[in-house]
Formats: sequence, C-alpha cells, structure tokens
Amino acid sequence: MSTDTTPLHRQLGLTDWENDRIPELLGREPTGPELVMFSLMWSEHCSYKHSKPLLRGFPTEGPTVLQGPGENAGAIDIGDGLAVTFKIESHNHPSAVEPFEGAATGVGGIIRDILAMGAKPIALLDSLRFGSLRSNRSRYLFRRAVEGIGHYGNCIGIPTVGGEVLFDPVYEDSCLVNAMCVGIVPADRILRAAAEGVGNRLILFGNRTGKDGIGGASVLASAEFSHDDDKRPSVQVSDPFTERKLMDCCQALADSGLLVALQDLGAAGLTSSASEMASKGGVGLRIDLDRVPLREEGMAPAEILVSESQERMLAVVTPEDVDAAIALCEAYDLDATDIGEVTEGDALVAVHNGEVVVDIPARLLADDAPVYEVPQDPAPEPAPIDPSTVPEPSDLVQAWCDLLATPSIASKRWVYEQYDHLVGANTVVRPGGDAAVIRVPGTATGLALTTDCAERHCQADPRGGGAAGVLEAARNIACVGGTPAAITNCLNFPNPEKGHTGWRLAQAIAGMADACRALGTPVVSGNVSLYNESAERMIYPTPVVGMVGILDDAAATTGHGFVAEGDVVLLAGGAEPRLDASEYLGSAEGRPDTPDIGAEVALCRFVADAVSSGSVRSAHDVSQGGLAVALAESAMAGSIGATVTLDGDTRPDVALFGEAGGRVLLTCTPEGVEGLLSRAGDVPLREVGVVGGDALSVQIGGASVILGVDRAREAYETAIPDALR
Amino acid sequence: MSTPAVTVIHFPGSLDHEAAARVMDEITGPGNGATIVSHRAAALPEGTAAVVLPGGFSYGDHLRCGAIASRAPIMDAVREFAERGGPVLGICNGFQILCESGLLPGVLRPNDTQAFICRQATLEIVDDSTPWTSGRSSGETLSVPIKHHDGAWQGDTAACRVVFRYRDGNPNGSQDAIAGIANHAGNVMGLMPHPEMACEELLGSADGRVVMGGLLPGSAVAA
Repeated sequence: MSTDTTPLHRQLGLTDWENDRIPELLGREPTGPELVMFSLMWSEHCSYKHSKPLLRGFPTEGPTVLQGPGENAGAIDIGDGLAVTFKIESHNHPSAVEPFEGAATGVGGIIRDILAMGAKPIALLDSLRFGSLRSNRSRYLFRRAVEGIGHYGNCIGIPTVGGEVLFDPVYEDSCLVNAMCVGIVPADRILRAAAEGVGNRLILFGNRTGKDGIGGASVLASAEFSHDDDKRPSVQVSDPFTERKLMDCCQALADSGLLVALQDLGAAGLTSSASEMASKGGVGLRIDLDRVPLREEGMAPAEILVSESQERMLAVVTPEDVDAAIALCEAYDLDATDIGEVTEGDALVAVHNGEVVVDIPARLLADDAPVYEVPQDPAPEPAPIDPSTVPEPSDLVQAWCDLLATPSIASKRWVYEQYDHLVGANTVVRPGGDAAVIRVPGTATGLALTTDCAERHCQADPRGGGAAGVLEAARNIACVGGTPAAITNCLNFPNPEKGHTGWRLAQAIAGMADACRALGTPVVSGNVSLYNESAERMIYPTPVVGMVGILDDAAATTGHGFVAEGDVVLLAGGAEPRLDASEYLGSAEGRPDTPDIGAEVALCRFVADAVSSGSVRSAHDVSQGGLAVALAESAMAGSIGATVTLDGDTRPDVALFGEAGGRVLLTCTPEGVEGLLSRAGDVPLREVGVVGGDALSVQIGGASVILGVDRAREAYETAIPDALR
Repeated sequence: MSTPAVTVIHFPGSLDHEAAARVMDEITGPGNGATIVSHRAAALPEGTAAVVLPGGFSYGDHLRCGAIASRAPIMDAVREFAERGGPVLGICNGFQILCESGLLPGVLRPNDTQAFICRQATLEIVDDSTPWTSGRSSGETLSVPIKHHDGAWQGDTAACRVVFRYRDGNPNGSQDAIAGIANHAGNVMGLMPHPEMACEELLGSADGRVVMGGLLPGSAVAA
C-alpha cells in the first residue's frame, strides 16, 4: 500500500460505517489480518452486498434442479444418472489491467468452480465486450484477452465451444470478460463445499501460495476503474498445466470417495474458501498458517490468508483418509498438505508461529456482510425512433455489406480458431452457429450451449432487455434442436449506487426472471460484476445469460447454413423489425418493443421440435443486423444463395436491417412445407423464398437487392482480421 | 485381462490420449482395445502391437514443445519398439515428441500466424505406400482437423517420406505445406492434424480412420 494518510480501512476498501460495524460484531477491535479478511469478504465481489436482495427475484427451483445458487456452481439432472453443472463468472477488472493473465485466470477460476462440484469439465464459453476496434487500447485488450483465454483452455484441454464478442465505445474503459464452464457429474455424487465432522482434516492441494493476486477482489473488482499500473500485482498469474493436473486429481479424489467436502480457492483465497466451508457446515475451522506451503519466505499471516494464487483447492477428509488423499495428490505431481482441522463451534481460527492471529465467527465473513438497498431511480422512458428521421441509404447492397463488416456482426473466426473447440472429441456443432452442441461423453445426449445478452435493449428498456437476452439464448438453443433447461448469468453493471443503475439492475433482473419463468429455465448459478465504469464512461447494463439446453439425441440437430437448391425459405415468428437500439443504427437509442414472452416461448418450442424431428434443413435465429444478416449468414455457411420476397410497405432498410426478437429463419424441402406449417400451429410461419444460386436476391418494395455470396463473405470474414492489422 | 493391442502413452499434460484410445476401442472391437500407459513406465505392456503418442501440451510446453516428454522414461522403450519395426503414430504433440526424440527428422516451429489454429483441414495423400494411407491413393484427400500453435514442420525431406500435405492453403507455414511425415521404413508416422478427432460422421468426418488404421494393419479398420 502507499504511504498516504488515508486510514487503513479505506485503503482496503471498507467504508467508515463498515469499519465501525466490525468491532460491534466481534466485541473487540479486529487484528490486522482480521481487518484485511473483512475488507475482502465484505467487498462487493465476495458479498454481493449491493445485489443480494435483488437476486432473490430469480426463479431458482424446478423439477430438474439438483443444486441452485449458493454452491460453487448450479446443477440440473439430465437423466442417465448424470447431472450437468455450470456457472458463468466475470473477470472484468483484472482483464482491463492485464488482459492475457486476467482472461486466462478468469477461465481457470470458473473451471475450479466446476471441479469443486466433483465434475468433469466438458466445455467452456466466453462472453466478451470491448470498446471500438478503432481504439488502440481496445484492439490490444481484445487481442490479448483472446490469447489468454485460448492459452488456458487449449492447454488444460477443455473445448471452448461458444460465446460472443461485441464492440461498443461504452466498453472502452471497462471491458467485460465473462467465462462459463460446463461439467458432467454423476447425479448422486455431486460434491458440496460445507465442512463437516469435528476432527476432520483440511487438505490444501495444488499450487503453492505466493504474493500474487493479493487484494484482487477488493482493490480491483469492487471499485470504479482508472487505468493504473500499480494495480497490476493484484492480477493473478495463470498456470494451466498445473490446473490440468488439478483437474485430473480432483476427479480421482471424487471417484475415490475420500472427500467430505471440496472447495476451490478463488477471490480472497483461503479466507473465502475456509469461511464459506465453515459457515455452510455450521462448524469451526482451525488453520495452521505455518503449514501452508509458500512460494516465498516471510509472507505475513494476512498475505497467506488472502493470497489469490491460482490452481489451489481445499478439501475436507477424515483423519483416516489423510494419507490416502495426500498420496493421490502426489501421484498427480501436486503438493498436498494437512493445514488444519474442523472444530466445534463456529470460529475460523488461524494460528501463526504458535499464536492465534485470527479468531472470527465464520458467518461474519461469509454471510453477515452488510446489505445495501440500491437506489431505485427510474430512467426516463426513451422515445421510439421515427424511421423517417433516419436517412435511407442510397445503396442498400453497400449498406448490407457494411453491416456484415461491423465488428459486432462480422465473423468471429479470428477468435474461435484460436480456441481448441474439438478436444475431447465430443463437439457436434462447432462455434460460428447459433449454439454449440456437445455430446455428453458416453451417451447419446447432447447439450446445447450459448451465451447471450441484449445490452443495448437493456439500456433503453432494462426489463424488456433482460427478458430479451434470455429469449435470444432460448432461440439459439432451439435452433440447434435443444430444449432450454436452465441458465446461469453474469450481471455486469456500472456503479449501482449512482444514477439509474440500481433501478436498471432491478429491472433487468425482473425481466430475466419473467422470461425464465415462462421458459421453465431456472437460474441455478450466477455472478455479479458492478462498478464497470470510469469517470468518462459507464457500460450498458450487460446481464449475460449462459443457457444450457438438452437434446435427447445429439445427432438430431441442424446447422444454420442453407443446404440444397430448391429448399424453401420460411420466416417463423411475427415480431415487427425496428431500428431502435439496432446494430444498423449503431447505438442504444430508441425504444425497442417489449418482447412478447408468450409468443417467444411458443416459437422456441416449435423450432426445437421442428429441428429435433428432422423437419427442417437449417435454422437460424434472426438477431443483430436483422433478416438481411441472418440470410447472409445462412447463405455463407451453406455456400449457396437464395431468392427472397418481402411483402408489406415497411421501408426496405427497416425490413432488411431492423431488429426484433422472436424471429427464426428456417429452410425445408418443398415436400416438407405443408407438414411444417401444420407443426407451427399458432406460431406465425410464412414462406419467403427459395434456396439457390450464388447470390442473395431480395425483392422488396418493387426493387431487387442482390448481394453475391462471395461478396458477403469478403465483407464478413475480413472485417476483424483487417481491423487488427 | 486381454492383451493390449494399442498402447497410448500418457505424459503429464497429454490431452487427446482418451480420444485416441476410445477410437481404437471402437474400431477394433471390445476386449481388443487400447491401453493408456504412464510416461513413468519403463517398458511397454506385453503384447503391444502399436504405440500412439497423443496430442496435448506435455509438460505444459515448457522448454520446447515435446522436448521434456522426449526424455521421459517410457521413450527408450518406444524407441526400441520403433527400431524393431513396430507402428508408432505421433499426433500433434506426439509428432513434436517424435521429432524431439530423433525418431523423425525436422522440427515443428511456431505457426507463421503466431497464433493457435483450430480448424478443419484438407490433407492430400502424397505417398500412398505407407500403412497410414491404407486403401487410398496418392492425390486423394482426407478431411481432418488441426489444432496447434507450433505446427510448421521444417526439415530434410530426403531423410523421411512426406505422407500428407495441406491442400487449399497452408495453415501454418510449414515447408512445402507438409502436414505429416514417416520414416523411410514407414512404421513411424508423425502428423500435426488429428485423425482421432475425425473418426465419426457425427463429429464432421470419419476420414481419420484411414490414418488410425495404420496402427493395426490388416484389421480392416479403415472405413
């Protein structure tokens, strides 16, 4: 810390009120290490003190839920005696300071959450936001964060199968790096983090403990941001090779039945893991700090307790099993040390040089952080865009190409080709489509995986936008034949204590909850990242949804590319395209329509049924860039064009590029049209064209707009590599 | 226990050993499958008919890809097995290990893009006289994925047989677009592409069976 005269508690991120509260709760003044521990555990990152009351609005229960929020990750039953466990988490602030290590350790951290459930990780996804690629800094952050994600995922051997990347100047100072991990575990063998059994031993295994990442949760993740190289030592350092050994070792330990409980060490290190394990189990823990294997001599007790050194896990085992557990770790070339025991009472005690340096009821750290109601100041309702005020492009084909070359829409091949998306040999649908499909190892079942968010919609209308993000995820799942099953989410917001952010947070949560209830997709895990703003800019409300869907048969899926000449092109869903908050407009201005949740759910059911029954040849969600972009993506993916006619008197650019939730582009054989129409029931479904040729030819308003597939591909594929040159 | 036909070596950081073993289990039938053996072993299991050095990041790619693994205890046994004419297939990191251990010539340099690349590649069969291209002719192509950061082979083509070349673009800047080579005897094969990831139509291609079939020639493995 610096030599300034700011009181220690403020340097640590505690408010004066919080600092006064600690002695009241403890009945005495805290020791130095205790104050540091409180500062971390009461940080927003660890305690959710500004979001906890709002998060109660999420539906978290359902017939398949085996584990809801509150554990290392959520879990749902997928049949065959198996559970899928998954969670998404942010590593935004570290990534803005040091993008390679920040993003890499974000991936490492979320993998350990899945390991702590006793599960085998089978897929990773990443949801990323950066400023404009015209900015040098954003290009650097984007390039290095992608490298960091690839480095970690590739080396540890978990396929990175999906995600999204969007660019907007609002993320210039606060990039977002959200990582999601999905694992599989026998449903009757899910591990929990609650410590149990007085006399049981605590085994710390994995990497040694060093001075890296000290204060990451409080210094970096719980304050507004200024670019400050002094914060760099707060970023952790990644070692995916060790985490691979840790991953194999955790599964061996879980298989062996030696574990009473398992927890990863993440934000706030040993402090967080130990206090949560004790508090959940209603027991005390006594840790002998002299036994913690250190990377360097002379670390102070507080440093050992809050170090965020990566690739470490904490297990509870019975005294009889200590030797066997340590031997198993050593067989994986990992250090494992008995560092303490489960005790009676509720105190987290730490001993250093024979002296008790910490003695705190664990729940004060883990559960009793102050909770704040955030101000609810509604933002004014924005006016809808009047299309007549938006100049009509003179050249619609050029406008179409320009939109395909917009970095948020353009091909993300440059990103996903840097990720091993095939390792494990279970990837059925690869990145680049609507959702990835991964076969559950050893079964025929498929998991459809996607991350989505409607952040511009959220800025204009947070409740509608919150719902829209969930519904878009569901459409993406449906387009590969999956039935939406459950979600995780990462709520990335600016400072909730200021302006309309607290209200937007509450509204977005309400909107997401609306959609989740209607879809029957409970929220089983999640993470909150606040303070994503600088003095100049605040991010859009960005509540990222990570959704898991189920395919009974992983082979009963389809791609988004057109397949064969003569196939019929159909548009499902009746939402009306608008320019408001669209990529074509290039901003969050306007007021998108509030989603018709009932209609959207019906659309998803129809599409999932049409795909899984083999009634369609392709399916593609119509999202950013509107129908024109969806048509182009399907044409490029299949290397074949289509002739499409759009009726109605909507202005051509609005019809082509306008956005609305709840539309899906389908193709089927000419013989299949009738059956598909009857399957659709009340879901609006209309024929719009025929697949064929080497161009997209759209008849609209008496004119023809013709774009060659090769020209589309040129615009779409070169945009991001060119921007980075 | 049945006699292991194919031995897949596991080094710390190996990633694709299970996929390779699973493929050989599937295509050779139950009871005749693959065994995964630790790098620490001093000898190959009795009855080993073929050896796979799998893909991955052995030892975290520390020092140089494949360099540490090439000195692992098991490698003496693999070298001896290869010298006796036993089929040895090195895939990706396994190819790097074969080059580092001197069983194949040349080196694998970082891709000319300086980035990891994961994509489907088209391989042209250059030499159809090895067991690794059984039933196929020179000029035919296979669709097999690549996923590597250090895959640009460079070396003396007179010291080996070029078996596969990339067609439709060279993804990593390798010499003459070379994707895989064998020793003159043909029993030791190294390639950067992953045939074990291309053995099921569900995963996009089953062409990899042609290469995997070289492990057990005559077993009608190749599709």
